[in-house]
Formats: sequence, structure tokens, C-alpha cells
Amino acid sequence: MSKIVDGLLYTNTHEWVKVEEGFAFIGITDYAQDSLGEIVFIELPEEDDDLVAREELGAIESVKAASDILSPVSGTIIEVNSALEDAPELINTDAFANWIVKVELSDKSELETLLSPDQYKEICE
Amino acid sequence: MKKTVLYDAHVALDAQMVDFGGFLMPLIYTSITEEHNYVREKAGIFDVSHMGEFYVKGKEAGKFIDYIFTNDASSMVDGQVLYGMMLYPTGGVVDDLLVYKVHNEFYIMVVNASNADKDFAWATKQQNFDCMLTNESDNISEVALQGPLAEEILQKLTDYDLKTLTFFTFSMMLINGHNVLVSRTGYTGEDGFEIYGYETEIQEIWKEILKTGGDNVSPAGLGCRDTLRFEVALPLYGNELSKDITPLEAGLAGISVRLEAGDFIGKDVLVKQKKERTTRRIVGLQLTDKGILRHGYEVFKDGTKVGEITTGYRSPSTGETVAMAMIDRPYDKKGTELEVQIRNKMKKAVVRNKKFYTKSYKEN
Repeated sequence: MSKIVDGLLYTNTHEWVKVEEGFAFIGITDYAQDSLGEIVFIELPEEDDDLVAREELGAIESVKAASDILSPVSGTIIEVNSALEDAPELINTDAFANWIVKVELSDKSELETLLSPDQYKEICE
Repeated sequence: MKKTVLYDAHVALDAQMVDFGGFLMPLIYTSITEEHNYVREKAGIFDVSHMGEFYVKGKEAGKFIDYIFTNDASSMVDGQVLYGMMLYPTGGVVDDLLVYKVHNEFYIMVVNASNADKDFAWATKQQNFDCMLTNESDNISEVALQGPLAEEILQKLTDYDLKTLTFFTFSMMLINGHNVLVSRTGYTGEDGFEIYGYETEIQEIWKEILKTGGDNVSPAGLGCRDTLRFEVALPLYGNELSKDITPLEAGLAGISVRLEAGDFIGKDVLVKQKKERTTRRIVGLQLTDKGILRHGYEVFKDGTKVGEITTGYRSPSTGETVAMAMIDRPYDKKGTELEVQIRNKMKKAVVRNKKFYTKSYKEN
């Protein structure tokens, strides 16, 4: 049974969003890391890149396959978690503690389209 | 979807199951890297019951095999195994397979699960010889015990002196009281055995090997089967081999084709190709930029497409980001700098030897 954290928002493609002081932190869920298996590489975007909701933010490579990360929201990247460049396996260790990008939201109403922990839980079952 | 006789054992081990060639097979038990390392350092046991087995029996069994098989079957001695291919008249590959010679009037063909029905139909169509071809795939199960400790573990379950069973030979023997066929073959680049038997025999042998091997053996899934075969440049049908790729283009002529032997389907195309040289071949690539190379990615030289990745991984044994790729000549030369398109970005790669890891067979 994979972990789901309260207080976060989710997508049906297994990303999470944490809103803090007006910024959105984006990562992938425990369910996602578990089904991917050992993560060996993350293709990260760059600071100042613009993101469009539901479009590719980056990609995660496990030993067996590549998988896209879709951005749950639109906005501009303020910071990239560069620790993941050399240690992508941190996502396997704790998917919720290791955000991938910090984003300045361009349309806060998009948050309302995301899933609550309970709604996301149903998808994982 | 078909299940092998070991399906319940995989579920009990909490394996992640996938559809492979029409079978529900274990992809991962713990992790690909962990299982991979077990096979390289100790031993791993694979359920390969999905593989197809055909019997060829009768006076002209050898003649028939020679006609559809690229390697020289009639020169085999009893108890020998040969690797080779069945080809279309175009020289493209129907499948790669092992042929076991029991005796002059009995051969066993072992083919890929995903091709078994196609192979049987193809072989049946060519069968105008005085022999019988039967599909035994549903009756025969198979496990592969692979790794440097494979012999030590299996020896505890048999009185047969396994040291006398040399590379690419086989024998019937009693394993834990079951009379089964054991060959010194595999698909990992390590020493090891493939064991063929009936349902309950294979179920019990699987259990006994795990029990006897203890901490020295791990169940190993299809995930690591692919990384293991990849590191030693063994081909996978659908990646390095297909109906559009000849054995010469795959770089496998040396081990799978005997042009000096008798005629076989597709031979004239290979003879011509050998004389004129292939226009492309499978080589190794190493990514110099960051990323992972994957099957199907396109390869470029100065903006022109010159090939495609056939299989790519970050090698679990060496940590290098490498791939096998089908590359047009003359860009196949070692050291050639190429570019691979990964998700709309061009990444630098260089042609290298495709043996990413050194095999350690006991070839005697």
C-alpha cells in the first residue's frame, strides 16, 4: 500500500502539489515511484522555464523505462531541486520529501481542478 | 492470458507480473538491480516456461532442421545444443532459437514465447520431409539457473557430475528424483543451466533450488533477464532481430550461420550480403551527455538519420549509459560521434564495442 500525504493536491497521472507561501512545489507520488522501480535519471527542466498545465515538465527514467512527468499547474519555474541530478534515487527513498520544481503559479484557479487526497486514493486502488 | 506452472509461486513471492508473449510473467521480485547482481555474483533462477518447444522426430529430422536452420545441425553430435535462426527467403529472421540433438531421428527446437505460434506455422509450412513436427510448448515447463554458483547449487540436487556437462551440451538426469533434461546454456552471459520438464517436476525443482541455494540464489524476473542479456550483447527478437534484419546485420553470423554447410531458406541472400557487405549493422553506443538511451530512439549524424537504438539501459553492472543500435555504414566505426534524439533534444553519443560486460561462461 503506497503512502498518500494529507494537505497535498494530486493528479491522476501521479504528481503531487504542495502550495506554500504562494508557491507550488511539485513532485511525483509514492505510488508513482513504486511502480517505476529504481530511478536512475531525472531529466529536469531549467529555472525560468514556463510550464503549462498537463504538459511535460521533465522525465523520469527507471532501470526499465522512461516516463514523462506532467506539470499539474501552469507557471514559471523558480527553483529546480538540483540534488536530484546526482541522486535521483532520493525519489525512491521518499517521494513526498523530495520535490522536483518550485513554481510561481500563473493561474491559481487551476489548483481547484486537482484531486484531494481522498480522490487520489481512489485512483490508486 | 496464459499462466505458467509457476504462476502461484510468483504471486506468493509478491512479484510484479506483466504480459510477455501472451503469458503473465514475473517482471520484478525485489528490484532489477538486486536480481541482476545476484545472477552476476551468485545465482538467479528464472521461470522460462513460456518458451516454445517443438519436437522433430523421424528419419529426415536432421534434413528438415538443416533446411530451416542457419547453423549446421547435421554436424551435431548427440547431446549437443546449437544456436541459430530460422529465416524468411528474404534473409530476415523468423526467430532465433536453440536446437537440441537427442539423436539422429529426434531434435528439439526451443523458440521465443512471443513467436512460438508464428514459428510453428512457418516450420509446418516448410515441412515436406519424412518426419513429424509437433508443438510441445503447452506440455513442457522450464527454469534457468544462472550465475557463478549455479553449478554448486544444482550439484547438491543430483548425482550426475555437472562438471562433465560442458557448454552447449545437454543430458537427461535426475534432479531431486525427477528425470529432466538439463543443458549448460543460458541468456545471461554467466555459467548456468536450463532445465526442461513436466509441470509438477518443474514446480518441485523450482522450490528445491530456492531452498537448497538459500542466500546464494534469488528468483530473477524478466526485468533483469533483459539487462543481463543486453550487457553481453545477446539479441532480443523484436529489438536486435526482426523480419527486416538479417543475422549479418545483427552481427551474429559468426555464432549462428554456417554458409559453407548445406542449403537453408534465406541462404542465398546471406551469401550475397556477405559478398557485397551489409549497408548497416548493430554496434554499441555510449551516451556522453546525460540521459538514458531507449529502444526506438533515432540516431543522427550532422542532422541526417543514420540509425536507431535497438536496446538501451544504464548498465547495472558498470553504471555506464550504453545501447545497442542499428547504424548505417560508415558511421558504425568505433569512435564515431553521433547524436541521439531523446524527447526532442539531441544528445551526444559515441560508437563503441557492444560487449558492455565480459561473459564468464565455463567453456572448457
